[in-house]
Amino acid sequence: MAFNKDSLKIDAEKTANQLCDVILSQIGGTLKKSGAVIGISGGIDSSVCAALCARALGPQKVLGVMMPEKESSGDSEKLARKLGEKFGFETIKEDITKGLAGLGCYSERNEAIKQVFPEFDESWKCKIIIPTNILEKKTFNVFSLCIENEAGEKKTKRMPLLAYLQIVAASNFKQRLRMTTLYYHAEKRNWAVIGTGNKDEHEQGFFVKYGDGGADLKPIGHLFKIQVFQLAEYLGVPKDIINRTPTTDTYSSEVTQEEFFFGLDFYRMDMLWHALEQNISSKEVAKVLDLTIDQVETGYANIKRKILATEYLRMEPLMADM
Amino acid sequence: MPTLDLITARGDIKNFIIDSFMFGQKDQTFSDTDSFMEKGIIDSTGILELTSFIEEKYDFAIEDDEMTPENLDSIDSLVEFISKKLS
Repeated sequence: MAFNKDSLKIDAEKTANQLCDVILSQIGGTLKKSGAVIGISGGIDSSVCAALCARALGPQKVLGVMMPEKESSGDSEKLARKLGEKFGFETIKEDITKGLAGLGCYSERNEAIKQVFPEFDESWKCKIIIPTNILEKKTFNVFSLCIENEAGEKKTKRMPLLAYLQIVAASNFKQRLRMTTLYYHAEKRNWAVIGTGNKDEHEQGFFVKYGDGGADLKPIGHLFKIQVFQLAEYLGVPKDIINRTPTTDTYSSEVTQEEFFFGLDFYRMDMLWHALEQNISSKEVAKVLDLTIDQVETGYANIKRKILATEYLRMEPLMADM
Repeated sequence: MPTLDLITARGDIKNFIIDSFMFGQKDQTFSDTDSFMEKGIIDSTGILELTSFIEEKYDFAIEDDEMTPENLDSIDSLVEFISKKLS
């Protein structure tokens, strides 16, 4: 199979048509539901899913739910509304701040942050990051905590295990409360919940189990991120959504998906991963992507480690096989 | 700083891994050269647990640029890394 810079180029029109057929058949046929509820964040993945559903089911059968909380970017809501207007579906807003506070999301997380940085309080912003530029060095994907105050002073430290676990567990309330909110709106209409993760997120484990991973169907779960961008262009997703840097919308300090999880730009990661799946020789991949063979193999190893390390997230509850 | 008895260190690390990640099931064997990640013994959270154990047990800090598979991904690589750090 030939490997070149366009190996992940798709026929966007054909892909969109096929996906619309699948969405219609899965929601109406398999799930016996009559519409789609989608959490819309103003990001490209949820926008593409919403556009596909509006096209497949008709916009009157789609509900976009914005679920901001006090640490969300203000742009998310503005872009989500713009998306609803563009594709003609209804949007509603559910502010989840009070619910999260009630669950202890902020207080439990902040308590763990203070174990790492005692000076931390609500006036600081925080985020979790992993090493970026992963092609340069064989490294474990170990998380560091980064805090920033109003004066722009930044501090970063690798996290001790217990603080890391508590911060992640508390922050995951955000995705899990969003999932619960989506199911409320879906069940009261007898509609389905759409999962908006792409292949990068699903297979490398960049999602919260029973949080954003909890859905009835995941229409773009097989598509690489760079293919989602192609679909967005074809479907006419607003440019300011397409051009927005993908973020996690989880931490108070803005964190890109590259620095939070993937450690590499989407083009090189997707191309490397595709090459790995197709058993393309490292030498050929290095030539096409303008990398060294060592960088290609380091990239392969990093992707494989993420897939292996996150298997648990993709597992269904285990049954006693007796 | 403690001096390192390589045989004891190897045993201590192996026991820690069996106790922490394999529920103490000693019949699930792995060799001293096996990659923890590739064998599915340890994931990225497990690496944090392992580094905390090493730092505490041998009383040194593992720097960010030392958090590599080359140093931490097998019994052999860990023993060599600890030995280097303490020398």
